[in-house]
Amino acid sequence: MATPALKPVAAGAPPAERMRRSYLNADYSVASWLLTVDHKRIAVLYLISVTVFFILGGLFAAGVRLELLTPKGDLLQADTYNKFFTMHGVVMVFFFLVPSIPATLGNFLVPMMIGARDLAFPRINLLSWYVFILGGAFALAAMIFGGVDTGWTFYTPYSTSYSVTNVMLAAVGIFITGFASILTGLNFIVTIHRMRAPGLTWFRLPLFIWAHYATSLIMVLGTPVIAITIFLVAIERGLHIGIFDPALGGDPVLFQHLFWFYSHPAVYIMILPGMGVISEIITCFARKPIFGYSFIAMSSLAIAVLGFVVWGHHLFTSSQSVYAALIFSILSFAVAIPSAVKVFNWSATLYRGAISFEAPMLYALGFIGLFTVGGLTGLFLAAIGLDLHVHDTYFVVAHFHYIMVGGAVLAFLGGLHFWWPKMFGRMYPEMPARVAAVIVFIGFNLTFFPQFLLGYLGMPRRYHAYPAEFQVLNVMSTAGASILAVGYLLPFCYLLWSLKFGPKAANNPWGATGLEWTTPSPPPTENFAEQPIVTAEPYTYGTAEDLEEVSVA
Amino acid sequence: MRAYDFPLFPEQASTMAAQVDYFYLFLIAVSLFFGVIIAAMLVGFSIRFRRRNPQDVGHHIHGSTLLEIAWSVIPFGITMVIFAWGVWLFFGFSRPPDNAHEVFVVGKQWMWKLQHMEGRREINELHVPIGQAVKLTMTSEDVIHSFYIPAFRMKFDVLPGRYTTSWFEATKVGEYHLFCAEYCGTEHSGMIGKIVVMEPAAFEKWLSEQPPAPQPPGHPAAAAVSAPAGAAASPVAAGEALFTARACATCHLPQGGGLGPSLVGVFGHMVKLSDGSEVLADEAYVRESILNPTAKIVQGFQPVMPTFQGQLSEEQVMQLIQYIKSLDKGAPASGQGVAQTAPVGADSAS
Ligand code: HEM
Ligand SMILES: [Cu+2]
Repeated sequence: MATPALKPVAAGAPPAERMRRSYLNADYSVASWLLTVDHKRIAVLYLISVTVFFILGGLFAAGVRLELLTPKGDLLQADTYNKFFTMHGVVMVFFFLVPSIPATLGNFLVPMMIGARDLAFPRINLLSWYVFILGGAFALAAMIFGGVDTGWTFYTPYSTSYSVTNVMLAAVGIFITGFASILTGLNFIVTIHRMRAPGLTWFRLPLFIWAHYATSLIMVLGTPVIAITIFLVAIERGLHIGIFDPALGGDPVLFQHLFWFYSHPAVYIMILPGMGVISEIITCFARKPIFGYSFIAMSSLAIAVLGFVVWGHHLFTSSQSVYAALIFSILSFAVAIPSAVKVFNWSATLYRGAISFEAPMLYALGFIGLFTVGGLTGLFLAAIGLDLHVHDTYFVVAHFHYIMVGGAVLAFLGGLHFWWPKMFGRMYPEMPARVAAVIVFIGFNLTFFPQFLLGYLGMPRRYHAYPAEFQVLNVMSTAGASILAVGYLLPFCYLLWSLKFGPKAANNPWGATGLEWTTPSPPPTENFAEQPIVTAEPYTYGTAEDLEEVSVA
Repeated sequence: MRAYDFPLFPEQASTMAAQVDYFYLFLIAVSLFFGVIIAAMLVGFSIRFRRRNPQDVGHHIHGSTLLEIAWSVIPFGITMVIFAWGVWLFFGFSRPPDNAHEVFVVGKQWMWKLQHMEGRREINELHVPIGQAVKLTMTSEDVIHSFYIPAFRMKFDVLPGRYTTSWFEATKVGEYHLFCAEYCGTEHSGMIGKIVVMEPAAFEKWLSEQPPAPQPPGHPAAAAVSAPAGAAASPVAAGEALFTARACATCHLPQGGGLGPSLVGVFGHMVKLSDGSEVLADEAYVRESILNPTAKIVQGFQPVMPTFQGQLSEEQVMQLIQYIKSLDKGAPASGQGVAQTAPVGADSAS
C-alpha cells in the first residue's frame, strides 16, 4: 500500500500547468473529498472535525463557568452540571487535544517537510479519519441520549457500578477513537523512517518532525492501554465481572493505575507536537538558527520515554505505598528537566536575532509564557507533601489548563496561522490576528490564574456549588473566560473570511526554511514536482558573513 | 489572611499547615526566580533584537553545550531540593503519633459518617480537641471519596474495600470546612461538613454527652427522636455485641478449640496460613476474612466460615475489627475481661 517513490515530473501536462492545479482545486466533487487519500485533504477533513469538537467542548465549558458565577448551584441541576464538565473533558481531551496538531498540521506537513509525496499508508490515513468520526459519533450519541457524568477520568467503581448515565456509549466512542490515534502514529513512524528525501538525515529533520516522531511513539505504545482499560470498564458494567469494583471482588485503584499509565503520556501527546510547532515559528521569526537543535530533538524523545513512568503522581492520595509515591515523585521531577531545556533554548534563540512580531510569533511567545507557568506549577504537584493539599482542587485545574489550553491550543493556533498561507494559498488579515493573539493571552490568564488561588484556598474541583468565600475569584475566572471566548472567535471569523477574500499568498511568505516552503501555495496534489534533495543543515537563517560559533565544549 | 473582602490564603489550623505553607512559599520563590529569568529573556531580547530593517537577519549561533549542561543541572539540583522537602512533609503526614485520638470515618454517597473511639457518632461534623493528634481510619461504603480539610492542608482518599489512615493535630479553636475532594456522583459538592476544634475540657464534656443518634441530613423529624440506649456505645462494645449477635462467637472461642481459630491476641501479629505463607493480621486482613473468608485459610482450619458480604455495613465491619483489635491488648476498653473469662460467645450460643 505504500506510495511509490516519487517520480520526476510525470508525463502529460507541462510542469507549469500541473503546478497551477492545487490539492484544493484538483477536483470539486464531494466524493473526491470523502474518498481522498491525499494527506493534505485528510488534514483538512480533520481540521473541520476537530474545530467542530472544539466549539462543542467550548460550549460545555461556558455552561460550567456560568454555573460557577454564584456559590449556589442555581443555573444547572447538579447532575446536569456533572454531565457538562464530563463532556467538556471528554470532548476536549479525546476529540480535540489528542488529534488537534498531529492529525491536522501533522498530517499536512509531515510528508511535505521530509520531501515525500504522501504518508506511507495513504488509505490507512483515510481510514483513521473514518475511525475518528465513528468514535465521535458514539460520543455524540452519548451526549444526545442524556450525557455521561463520570468525569473524563471514568474512575471506578463510580463508572462501573453507580453511574446511571451513558457510560457505555461514551466508553465505546473513546475506545474506537483510540484506534485513529494508533493508525496516525504508525503512519508517521513508518513515513519518517522510510520516506525522507535524499540527504535528509535524522539530524537535519525539522524539529516539528522530531516532535511528531516522539508523539507517535506514545500514540502507538500508550493508546492500546487506554483502549483495554476502557474495554474492561465496559465489560464490568455490562457483565458485572469484578475487575475494579471491590463489591464484586475487584480493585478500584487498579483502574487508576491503568488509566494514568496512558493518560499521563497522553498529556505529552497533546503538548509535544505543540513544542514542535513553536520551534519552527521561533526560529523563523527570529531569523536565525534554533539554539541547541540536538538538545531540543533529544528532549522530545526523553519526554516521551520518561512520560511513561510518572503516572503514579496522580495517585499520591490514593493509598499507594509511601515508597511508590517517592519513586513517582522523583521521576516526575526528572521529566520536568527536558521541558525546562526546551524553554531555555527557545528563549536563547531570540538572542541576537532579528525578531518580528507577526501573529504566529505572538502566539509562540504566549505559548512559552503559559507553558512556563504550567510547568512550574507541575513542580508543586509533584512535591508529594504539598500535593496532599492541592490534589483534586482548582490548583490542578489551573495547572493542566496552563499546559493543555495555554500550551497546546496556543501552539495549534500559532501553527495554523503560520502554515495557513501554505495550506489554503491565502493570507489572513494581520491586524485582527495580532489582536486576537493578545486577547487570548490576556483572557487566558484572567480565566485560569485565579484558579491557582482558589485551589490553594481549598476549593475542590468538580464542585457544582461552593462556599461563598470563593465567589470573587470564581467571578474573575468567568469574566476572563468570556474574554477568552472572544479571542477564540476572532480567528474563526477572519480565517474563514480569508479563504475567499484574503490576498493570494506567496510560496514562502515568511521567508522560512524547510521543504514545505519550496512548494506552491497551496501545494499540488503530489507536493513536489521533482524529488527534492537536501544538502543543507536545518534552519539556515542568518548570513554566512557573520558566522559566529558560540559553541565551544 | 483577609487582604480584601475575600481571602487569598487559607487559614492555618493544624501543626502541618504552617510547614506546608513555608514549602509553598519556597516553591513560589523558585517559580518567580525561573519565571523572571525567562520573562526577562523573552521581553528583553524581543525589544533589544527586534527587526529594524526588513533585510535584517539574526546571528548564526547554533548553541552551547556548556549552557545546555548548566541549565539542565541547575534546575535538576533545585528540583531535588523540592523533592526531598516534599518527601519529608509527606512522611510527617503518614505517621500518626501513638497517643492519637481515634476516629472512624465512613464515606457514603453523599455524607460523612464518623465515630469516635469512645463511642460518640456524628454525621458531616467532626469535633476534635485542640493540641491532640487525631487519627482517622477511613473506608467507603460505595465509591471513592476523599477526606479533605483545607485549613489543615490534609487530604486522603477514602476507598471502598480498603482502609486508609491519616492524621492531623489542630492548633486553633474554630470551625473549618470538610470537603469531599474525589468526584463521587450527583451530590459530590454537597458532601461537605465541618470540623469543630474545641478546647480539651469542652471536648471531653462534649464527648461524654449522650446525644440523640445523628440522622442523615434531610430527616429533621427523625433527628429529634432520641436514640435508643446504647447508640453511643464505643465501637469496641458495639463490635462485641455484633460478635455475639452474628454468632461469630460460636466458632471463634476465646480459648480456642472451636471450628475457627481463637481471635485473642491475633491482631497485629503474623498468622500462618494453610498454604504455608504468613500474613500480617491488620485491618485489611480481618476485613477480608469477614467478607471473603475463603481467601486466606488459617493453618489447621477448614474453609467453613460463611461470608458476611452484604450482611454487615462498613461501620459494623469496622466495629468488629475494633473489637478484635481490643482482644489483643488483654484488657479491652469495654466488655472487660472477655479475653480472660471465656464464655461470652458460648453463652449466647446456648
Ligand atoms: C508537559 C506537559 C504537561 C501536561 C500536558 C500536563 C497535564 C496534566 C493534567 C491533564 C493533569 C490533571 C489530571 C487530573 O485530571 O487530575 C495533570 C496533573 C498533574 N501534573 Fe501535569 N502536565 C504536564 C507537565 C507536568 C510536569 C512537568 C509535572 C511535574 C514536574 C507535572 C505534574 C503533575 C502532577 C503531579 C499532577 C497530579 C496532580 C494532582 O492530581 O494532584 N505535570 N497534569
Ligand atoms: Cu464523596
